[in-house]
Amino acid sequence: MSALLEISGLTAHYGDFQALFGVDLALEAGQTVAIIGANGAGKTTLMRAITGIAKVTAGSILLNGAEMSRRAAPDILTAGIAMVPEGRKLFPSLTVEENLRIGAHARQGNGFWTLERLYTLFPILRERRDHPGTALSGGQQQMVAIGRALMSNPTVLLCDELSLGLAPVVIREIYAAFPTIRESGTSIIVVEQDIGQALKVADHVHCMMEGRVTLSGRPADLSREAIHDAYFGVNHA
Amino acid sequence: MRQKLTIPLFLALLAVMALVPLIGSRALVQELFMVLCLLVLALNWNMLAGFAGLMSVGQQLFVGVGGYAMFAAVILWGMDPLAGVLIGGVTAAAISVPVAFFAFRLNGAYFAIGTWAVADIARLAFGQWKALGGGTGTSLPKGAAQDMAGVVPIRALLDVSKAAAVDVMTYWLALALAAVMLAASWVFLRSRMGLGLQAVRDNPVAARSVGVDPTRLKALVFVLTAFGTGLAGGLIFIQIGRISPDAAFSLLDWTAFVIFVVVIGGIGTLPGPVIGVLVFYALEQLLADYGTVYLIVLGLIGIAVMLFARRGLWGTFLSRSGFDPLPLGHSAPKSAT
Amino acid sequence: MIWLDTLIQGILLGGLYALFAAGLSLVFGIMRLVNLAHGDLIVLGAYLILGLGTATGLHPFLAAALALPLMFALGWALQSALLNRVLGDDILPPLLVTFGLSVVIQNALLMGFSADSRKLPIGPIEAQSLPLGPVTVGAMPLITFGSAIVVILGLNWLFYHTALGRAFRATSDDPVTAQLMGIRPRRIFAVATGIAMVVATIAALYLGARANFDPAIGPARLLYAFEAVIIGGLGSLWGTLAGGLVIGVAQAMGAAINPEWQILAGHLAFVAVLLVRPRGLFPRAND
Repeated sequence: MSALLEISGLTAHYGDFQALFGVDLALEAGQTVAIIGANGAGKTTLMRAITGIAKVTAGSILLNGAEMSRRAAPDILTAGIAMVPEGRKLFPSLTVEENLRIGAHARQGNGFWTLERLYTLFPILRERRDHPGTALSGGQQQMVAIGRALMSNPTVLLCDELSLGLAPVVIREIYAAFPTIRESGTSIIVVEQDIGQALKVADHVHCMMEGRVTLSGRPADLSREAIHDAYFGVNHA
Repeated sequence: MRQKLTIPLFLALLAVMALVPLIGSRALVQELFMVLCLLVLALNWNMLAGFAGLMSVGQQLFVGVGGYAMFAAVILWGMDPLAGVLIGGVTAAAISVPVAFFAFRLNGAYFAIGTWAVADIARLAFGQWKALGGGTGTSLPKGAAQDMAGVVPIRALLDVSKAAAVDVMTYWLALALAAVMLAASWVFLRSRMGLGLQAVRDNPVAARSVGVDPTRLKALVFVLTAFGTGLAGGLIFIQIGRISPDAAFSLLDWTAFVIFVVVIGGIGTLPGPVIGVLVFYALEQLLADYGTVYLIVLGLIGIAVMLFARRGLWGTFLSRSGFDPLPLGHSAPKSAT
Repeated sequence: MIWLDTLIQGILLGGLYALFAAGLSLVFGIMRLVNLAHGDLIVLGAYLILGLGTATGLHPFLAAALALPLMFALGWALQSALLNRVLGDDILPPLLVTFGLSVVIQNALLMGFSADSRKLPIGPIEAQSLPLGPVTVGAMPLITFGSAIVVILGLNWLFYHTALGRAFRATSDDPVTAQLMGIRPRRIFAVATGIAMVVATIAALYLGARANFDPAIGPARLLYAFEAVIIGGLGSLWGTLAGGLVIGVAQAMGAAINPEWQILAGHLAFVAVLLVRPRGLFPRAND
C-alpha cells in the first residue's frame, strides 16, 4: 500500500543555496509525522517545497499518487495540502473572521470544517472575530493560522514551527486541538524545534540536518542519544 | 588594456564629430546639435534614474529653467548668450535644491509624480513672467546670438554666414558638453562616491552599513544633473531662438524622448545613452515622414525592451558577450610580471 | 456669496477628479503599480463612448454602459499580457512600461481621431441647473459628484464586504501567503485593473460630457488624479475623494482670483499638503 503523501529524492534551493538534498519522507493516512532539526536544517524549505512556494529542482511529491512537485501553490492547495506558515503570516488588513474565511477561498463544496466548528475548537476566536488578525496574542494568532488552513478542508496539514515564541501553556492549548483535527480526516506534518512536543504528538519522527533526513523512526524506538546525535550532528562512530 | 584602446577611440570619434561642420551641410549640423543635446539630457537622466534610482519625470523643469534664465540674461540684462547658458546651469542647480527638499520626502513612484508636478508648476509660473512674453513666449533679439563670443572667429575660419556660424558654435558647444559629461560621468562613477552610489542601488542596506549615506549622495547627483540639464536647456534655446512655457517645459521633448533613449540603449550603463541616441536618430531618419507612427514605434520599442531585455541594448550585449570595454568597477590590481 | 459659490463649484469639480483618481487608487493600493497611462486610458474611454454612441445612435450615458465591459476586458488583458510581467521590487520597469503605453495610446488616438477636440453630445441636460440653497449649480457637475460618491461607496463595499475584496486585501498584504490560500495574485491583479478601467470609463463619460477632449489631454488628467491619490494617502478610497476635493477647491479658488492660476493653484495645494503630511491625509496604518 502506498502512502498518502510520498516524497522521494526531493531537492530544492533557497535562492542560490541548495537547501534540500534528496529528502525521502512518507505520511500515511491518519498519521501525524514530526520533523525536527536545528535552525537551517532545511525543515522550512521542505514545507515550502511541498506547498509550491519554493521551487523543486529534482525529486517527486506524490499526493494519493498524483505528482505535486511541478504545480503552482494554489493548485497544490486545491489538491488538498494546506499550510500553517512559519510566523503565522496572518493578513493584517483582514479581521480574524476574514482571515478564517479566506482560507476557504478556493474551496469547492462542503467539508467538515466550518466557521462554527472552528469557533467551537477555539472559542476565544469567536469573541475576537471582528478584531484585526494581527491585534491578537501570539497563541491566538496561531489558532487563527491553523483555522485558516483548516478552512480549505485539507487532506494534509503542514504546520511550520507552531510553538515558536509561545509559552508552554499556550503550546499545550494549541496541540490540544490535534485530536479533533485528526478525527476530521486530516493527516498532519509538524515541524518542531521542541523535541518533547514533537515526540508526544507524532506517530513517526524524522530528524533533519543540513538538508538531509538523518534519522527516522517511531518515537518509542528512538533513544534520546540517537535523537541528540542526529540533531546536533555528533558522530560517535 | 581595454581602456587603453577605449580612450583613443573616444578621442578619435570626438575629432571626427568636431570636423562635421567643415564637411556637412548646415541642416546636418543643426540635426546633430539636437542629437547631442538629447545625449546630454540622456546622460543626466541615466545618472539620476539608472545609477541613483531617482525616477524623475520632471527633468523638463531644468531644461526650461536653463532656457528661461539664458533668455533673461540676454534680454533683461543684456548679457552674452554664452554667459546666459552658464547662468542657466547655475539657476537650474539652485532651483534643484528646494525641489530636492520637497521631492526627497517622496518615495519611488511618488517621487516621479512629485517631480512632474513641480515641472508643471514651473511651466505655469514662467507663463506669468510678462517681461519674457508670458504664456505666449518671446524670441531672442535679432543679432543677439550672432554677436555671441566666438562667432566672428568661426566666420573667419569657415567662411560662412553669421547664422551658420551660430549653428557651428552651438554645435561645438553641445559636442564639448556631451564629451565632458561623458568623461565626467565615467570619472564620477569610478570614484569613491560613484561606487558608493552603485552600491546603494544594488543593496541599500549593505551600503549604509559600510558608511555610505544614500540620501546625501542622491541629493548631490540630483543637483549636479540639474546643472547639466540646465546647461543643455540654455544651449538648446540659443539654437531654437524662441522660448515659450509649453516648449521650454515640454514633458515629451525633454523627458519622454530622453527616457526612451536611455531605456533602449541600456539604463544604468554608461554607454547606454550613447547607443540609445544613435538608435533614436536612426529611427527618426527612417520614420520622420510618418510623425505619430514614429512615436508609437518608440513607445513600443521601449515597452519591448522592458519586457525582454531589461538592461537595454548595451546591457544585453554585455551579458551575451561577457566583454565590457568600459568597466565601471575597479579590477583587482594585476601583479607586475 | 461669491466665495460660497466658488467653494461649491470646487467641490463639484473635485468629484470629477476623484473619479479620475479612484481607479488609480485601487490599482496602486492592491499592487503598488503606478499606471502612468491611466489618463490616456480615460481619454481612450471617452473616444470609445463617442464611437459607440455614433455607431449605435445611443445617448452617451447608454453608450458608456456598453463601453464598461469592453474597458473591463481591456484592463484585464493589459494586466495579464503586459503589466503582470513587470511587477516586482524594482519600480522602474512598471513606470517605464506604462509611460511607453501612454505615448502609444496618445499617438494612436491622434492617428485615429486627429487632434480636433470632441465632446460627448449629452443634449439639453448639459445646460440645466438647479438652485441649491443660496447658489445655483449645474445638473452635470451635480451628477458627476453624485457618481463619484456612488463609485467610492461601491468600491468600498467591494473591498470590505465581498470575497473578491478580501482576496484583494490579502494579496496586497502578502502575495506569497495569499497563494497558500489558493489565491492566484496575477488573476486578482487582472480583475483589479479591469475594475479600475470600469471606473475610468465612468470618469471618461463625465470628462467628455462636461468639456472638450482631444488625444493629448490624458497626462494632465493623470497628474490631477495622482495628486488626489497622494494627498488622500495610499490605499484609502475616501482619502482619494478628499484629495480630489482639495485639488478641485484649490483650482476653483485659484481660477476665481485669476483664470490663469487655476491649474497652478491645484499643484500648489498638492505641494503644500505634502510638505505638511508626506504620506497624505489618511495613510493606511500598515504601510
